[in-house]
Amino acid sequence: MFKNVAELVQLAESKGEQISEIMIQQEMEVKQVSREQVYAQMERNLDVMEKSVEDGLKGVKSHSGLTGGDAVLIQDYMRDHEPLSGNLLMDAVSKAMATNEVNAAMGTICATPTAGSAGCVPGTLFAVKHKLNPTRDQMIRYLFTSGAFGFVVANNASISGAAGGCQAEVGSAAGMASAAIVEMAGGTPAQSAEAMAITLKNMLGLICDPVAGLVEVPCVKRNAMGATNAIVSADMALAGVTSRIPCDEVIDAMHKVGQRMPTAFRETAQGGLAATPTGKQLEAKVYGISLGKE
Amino acid sequence: MKYRSVFDIIGPVMIGPSSSHTAGAARIGRAARHLFGREPNYANIHLYGSFAQTYKGHGTDVAIIGGLLDYDTDDTRISTALETARNHGMEVQFFEEDAVTDHPNTARIKIGDENGDLELVGISIGGGKAEIMELNGFELRLSGSHPAILLIHNDRYGAIASATTILASHEINIGRMEVARKAEGEQAIMVIEVDQNVDDSILSELERADHITQVARISD
Repeated sequence: MFKNVAELVQLAESKGEQISEIMIQQEMEVKQVSREQVYAQMERNLDVMEKSVEDGLKGVKSHSGLTGGDAVLIQDYMRDHEPLSGNLLMDAVSKAMATNEVNAAMGTICATPTAGSAGCVPGTLFAVKHKLNPTRDQMIRYLFTSGAFGFVVANNASISGAAGGCQAEVGSAAGMASAAIVEMAGGTPAQSAEAMAITLKNMLGLICDPVAGLVEVPCVKRNAMGATNAIVSADMALAGVTSRIPCDEVIDAMHKVGQRMPTAFRETAQGGLAATPTGKQLEAKVYGISLGKE
Repeated sequence: MKYRSVFDIIGPVMIGPSSSHTAGAARIGRAARHLFGREPNYANIHLYGSFAQTYKGHGTDVAIIGGLLDYDTDDTRISTALETARNHGMEVQFFEEDAVTDHPNTARIKIGDENGDLELVGISIGGGKAEIMELNGFELRLSGSHPAILLIHNDRYGAIASATTILASHEINIGRMEVARKAEGEQAIMVIEVDQNVDDSILSELERADHITQVARISD
């Protein structure tokens, strides 16, 4: 079982395999199941992701009314304008938001690695799909590669906002997506690790401060920005840019930052945006209307 | 290694909005349901830490009750679980506790009916993964690095042997095992950490074994 990114990359290089293949083989071994079973389960997850993006792009609204409909706005904008940041980036933004809007509306999603951070991986996948034209097999592999990097973060740091702030959720998700984009674009395992490191470095210290305690504000837009961070970092890694701080040390730094983060900034809705005057007003409004009736 | 499977990271498929507060909570509720073995008449849910602060917005309340109704994390009926429980005659109460616990997402679930009761402490560690820390006052010392099952049994000779024999017949190796009882001849529990996943058919075989009253998977 690989314990860190260095081991993961080393395993892939020594076997001459992709990161996704190392993850598939480990899963088969750990769960003692066939390749077909592992593949089938991941394909089901892919189907759910695809469906949640579709649902979100039709337009959804959360029960609180705080989020929903922004993914559609961006698709409309892309149809009528040439986005300054380019179509691919805005498509990823829209599809990441679509997923999180469905999540906020209590729709069905696949946690990647969590529900609050469920947008980055599918958002980037279904956006780069138009550029890279992957096979279904490559799309499934995208999820295994994402999973391999998330696996390291989960075991060595945290993927929970309550434990480690939003850096542990959207930060991890964006890093995972970044590593997977690199593999799909034909980069090396080492470049995947660089992309993960670059992404995560730029998410360090991100607090978890959900307004009214809901997985809506700012979570939906943070997934959007996580997706852009992932794509830009992947491009940087593919260009040959490396991280001066090795990926495992970045993950360790993230862990330590998370541990020292005050409770108010760890999903308690007591700090950050949740504690702003408007955040407090929204909280009163949400509970006054919907939950006050209980 | 707390996480062993790629599907702990890419997954579970679930109803939003929070893997810790919704999916993990549903799994804690469902573990309680399985250990109790039937739908309870009442449920008192004590929430600590982040669970206590944000449970309404995250649907932790409906998720735990959904779990008690035996719903999985992706069951769309979770959102209406409170109404369903009420319609079934289940009395549900939530308590927001301010005690500081070891883990920020902690729930203490007390359920029961005229024939018995059960008390369980569960934590939701992220990404939809949950662990049971305490059952009926027994503290469970789980490493978290292996799949584990929990069996409630009568404190009689042969109970432990029947469980281990079944696992052996399926070539499942036991890595660590703990047995505890309240008093001689009374209710006892076995916590068994194994090297590979125990599927549902083996769980039901264990449930039918002599002196074993309830079986549940507590981590996989």
